[in-house]
Amino acid sequence: MIVQVLDIGLVALLLTLAGWTILARFTFPAVVSYVAYGLLLSLIWVRLFAVDVALTEAAIGGGFTGVLLIAAASRLRTTTPTEQGPAAPLRWAVAVLSALATLALAIVVLLLPDPSPTLAPQAIDNIAITGLGNPVTAVLIAYRAFDTMLEKCVLVLAVVGVWSVASDRYWGGAPSAPRAVAQSGALTLFAQLLPPLGILIGIRIFWVGADEPGGAFQGGAILAAMWMIVMMASLGDAPAISKRWIRIAVVAGPIVFIGVGVLGFATAGGFLAYPAGIAKTVIIFVEIFMTLSIAAALPMLVAGPPIQAPRL
Amino acid sequence: MSAATLAGLTGAVLAGLGLYGFIIHPDPLRRVLAFNVLGSGVFLLFGILARRGAAAGLLADPVPQALVITGIVVAFAATALAVALLVRLSEETGRVGLHAEVPAQTPGDGADG
Repeated sequence: MIVQVLDIGLVALLLTLAGWTILARFTFPAVVSYVAYGLLLSLIWVRLFAVDVALTEAAIGGGFTGVLLIAAASRLRTTTPTEQGPAAPLRWAVAVLSALATLALAIVVLLLPDPSPTLAPQAIDNIAITGLGNPVTAVLIAYRAFDTMLEKCVLVLAVVGVWSVASDRYWGGAPSAPRAVAQSGALTLFAQLLPPLGILIGIRIFWVGADEPGGAFQGGAILAAMWMIVMMASLGDAPAISKRWIRIAVVAGPIVFIGVGVLGFATAGGFLAYPAGIAKTVIIFVEIFMTLSIAAALPMLVAGPPIQAPRL
Repeated sequence: MSAATLAGLTGAVLAGLGLYGFIIHPDPLRRVLAFNVLGSGVFLLFGILARRGAAAGLLADPVPQALVITGIVVAFAATALAVALLVRLSEETGRVGLHAEVPAQTPGDGADG
């Protein structure tokens, strides 16, 4: 009973924040509301017993998207929006359309088949071959490795895309990560104390991901967050995009993943197949580079295109 | 009502809200926000499928969970690219809108933004 009350309260708060994100008059409050929304959303994922998703949502959906959007909103604030929204009749038509979409989805939710189709038994039956204990990690890196590999390539493409919008004179220079306007002693202290602990926690989350909630995404996101904090406190600068190490760090994950995948033809008879017996070792090897690439790519995506001329 | 059904219905409402915001806002940053709300609603629908698929000693089906994790990362990458384009556009033109300078455009031309 008490749990249900909490659930309903949580959902009410979440929907209020989502409503404010959409309906607020000004952009900045909408963005702030969205960040709070992302964090609350991860609690809903905990309630669905999807802890791996909750960790990812809190780190990436709440944290990184939040920093990215807040920085963008404050950069765009100087330019005034000149356009008005659609007139009232069109607004109402859109509202009705959206309500119908919600209604259709709600009906689908209420009429889902019982018992529900599930792949959980298959995931558990075959998990011994992978040597892993966390079925979500097994799906990500073994059963549906192809999806994960493509998603890593999407991250690389996104970094390339963000860098490419730089103006010509800044190409090869450094981006400027969002940073605190006023340097306060508290932020500097925080940025000096937190990263050593955060790096340990990030590596641990990656390491236990084989058997417990966690993994390359979540661990990599925490490592990335530590780098972001250092840059936001002005204790470190974003690297110039022409630096070889940052480029290698961004592509290492997909390259190793594809390389191991191709080796699978020789060792296990198929693309992205892992040789029996040492599957877990191979998986951890791939995940180390994936974690590195995520930790490098996420802050680069937040930092945006280079805006300083390259030093020659 | 179970927590899973409640989350599913929440997902349905979020998808509707996001769709509304995505269509009516002329400001592209607000559209990016609305699109993220729409996306997170769809992810929650995956969440109810995962939770209802609890079997074999697992509290939730791992396959939809893995799809959502991949989805969250891709959504972030797309958001970052969209934001980079927006910021550059406003630097170049001094405007945040998607329409061209000439106001003779039909409304809705920016809908694919």
